[in-house]
Amino acid sequence: MSQEKNVTASAGHGQGAARPSIIVDGVSKQFLLRRAHAFKEAFIGWVRGKDVSTEKFLALDGVSFSIDEGESVALLGFNGSGKSTMLKLISGVMEPDDGSVLVRGRLAGLIEVGAGFHPDLTGRENVYLNAAILGMQKDEIDARYDDIIAFSEVERFIDQEVKHYSSGMFMRLAFSVAIHCELDILLVDEVLSVGDAPFQAKCRAKIEELSRAGKTMVIVSHDQEMIRQVCDRGIVIRQGRQVYDGPIDDAIAAMMA
Amino acid sequence: MTAVDLREFRTPGRGRGILDVFVWRYLLRLLVRKGTQTRYRNSVLGWTWSYVKPAFQFAVFFVVMGLFLGLNRGVDNFAVYLFSGIVVINFFNEGFGNATRSILENGALVQKIYLPRELFPIAAIIVAFIHFLPQAIILLVACLFLGWTPSVSGLAAIVLGLFIIAALSLGLGMLFGAINVAYRDAQNFVELIQMLSTWSAPVLYTWQLVRDSMPDWLFHVYMANPLTAAVELFHAGMWFPTSDGSLPQPEHLWTNAFIALGLCVVFLVVGQAVFRRFERRFAQEL
Repeated sequence: MSQEKNVTASAGHGQGAARPSIIVDGVSKQFLLRRAHAFKEAFIGWVRGKDVSTEKFLALDGVSFSIDEGESVALLGFNGSGKSTMLKLISGVMEPDDGSVLVRGRLAGLIEVGAGFHPDLTGRENVYLNAAILGMQKDEIDARYDDIIAFSEVERFIDQEVKHYSSGMFMRLAFSVAIHCELDILLVDEVLSVGDAPFQAKCRAKIEELSRAGKTMVIVSHDQEMIRQVCDRGIVIRQGRQVYDGPIDDAIAAMMA
Repeated sequence: MTAVDLREFRTPGRGRGILDVFVWRYLLRLLVRKGTQTRYRNSVLGWTWSYVKPAFQFAVFFVVMGLFLGLNRGVDNFAVYLFSGIVVINFFNEGFGNATRSILENGALVQKIYLPRELFPIAAIIVAFIHFLPQAIILLVACLFLGWTPSVSGLAAIVLGLFIIAALSLGLGMLFGAINVAYRDAQNFVELIQMLSTWSAPVLYTWQLVRDSMPDWLFHVYMANPLTAAVELFHAGMWFPTSDGSLPQPEHLWTNAFIALGLCVVFLVVGQAVFRRFERRFAQEL
């Protein structure tokens, strides 16, 4: 543990005393693989004195780390390791069973961009709806509207219903909304594989720009090249346990090991 | 590790329940707009349907009940009597049903982004209210033809009736909406309540029938039922001014209304409490 703390400290930006933005302390999350989805089954189980929800799955087991303001950290691990669950705990969508998560500043997840898009609304309406879902007020959206549209490159179709969009246009617009929000902490889940190569390059540039602007970022992605480029620290999670926390190159090596 | 000042920190995902909705009112407005805009998508007549349907319903009542069956049971202007009760029950059923389903319907969002989840049932109730308005207009037009004139007490009765229904459907909607995430049985239970709602209030019959055939205590329970109170308030506001007074208004109209309002507050508090308890597990149950 003490070794990890040291690594954490050295991985932070060297500029003065960095303050943490996210503190994850001894977090565990357990899922019940429940089969009873009706009163009847739950009731029968209860009558028989049998716990219907016995099957448990430990998605995260005692994970602790702290992320400083302005840091870009990658959560690494193979499928099913618990990375996305960790991101959901930080965003507040789920609560840990054990331990605590604390955050400072405005936070929003890019966790699967486009979750709030409605196919029957126009692009413009969806921009406003989604930015509001991410916690923005009207004047803030008005101020950024032009940037959002310009970045997404879908100006021509902005007053069309989103259901007529190609999947690429859809994802570009959704990503553009999320990336332009006035936030201090960004949680990014496997979305940087959006669009074609030029758009991906643009996304990376934007993420790096946000990183330089002092935004705190937590990224989950399997795109190692991109992670190396954007993040300076990696936390490796394997079967719910935190197995490494340190510089990104070593973290990727630790994940592959 | 150096000591960190934890006062600036907060636990993500913890809100203040219904109160948070004021902070998120811009999003609430957009959610309501989404609910109303997408209702009549791909429809030529669009919102006209919201007027045609209740007008048609009223015409059927008027012709079938009033002219064919002569079914007025000593109630003057029986069609207006019926209709003013039915719009109240429609508002309740739609608000309650929509609010119950709202969490499941917005499951994609609930699972992925944190926002106060109370927004969804509240938006559902507001959308139901917006759909209630065309029915109210049809009712108003019918009443104006029959010589209805506004009065302060009548308008107060209507506003209080609407408030009771909104609070009742939100309280019950949060309660059943939260349970519905884990146990889909809740939805079926809600349908039972919706079926019962028309009959649990003096919509198709009069309160006098209940008084004459029920024990006293049960009659008082019946009159304190929020649906009965709201329907009687609407009768007092819309139908009574157009009638010849052969059916008197129930005694203690306002007392019952305020008892019902108190019950609605209890439903709201219980609904919110259960909602908050279940909310922690929404994302993994969906």
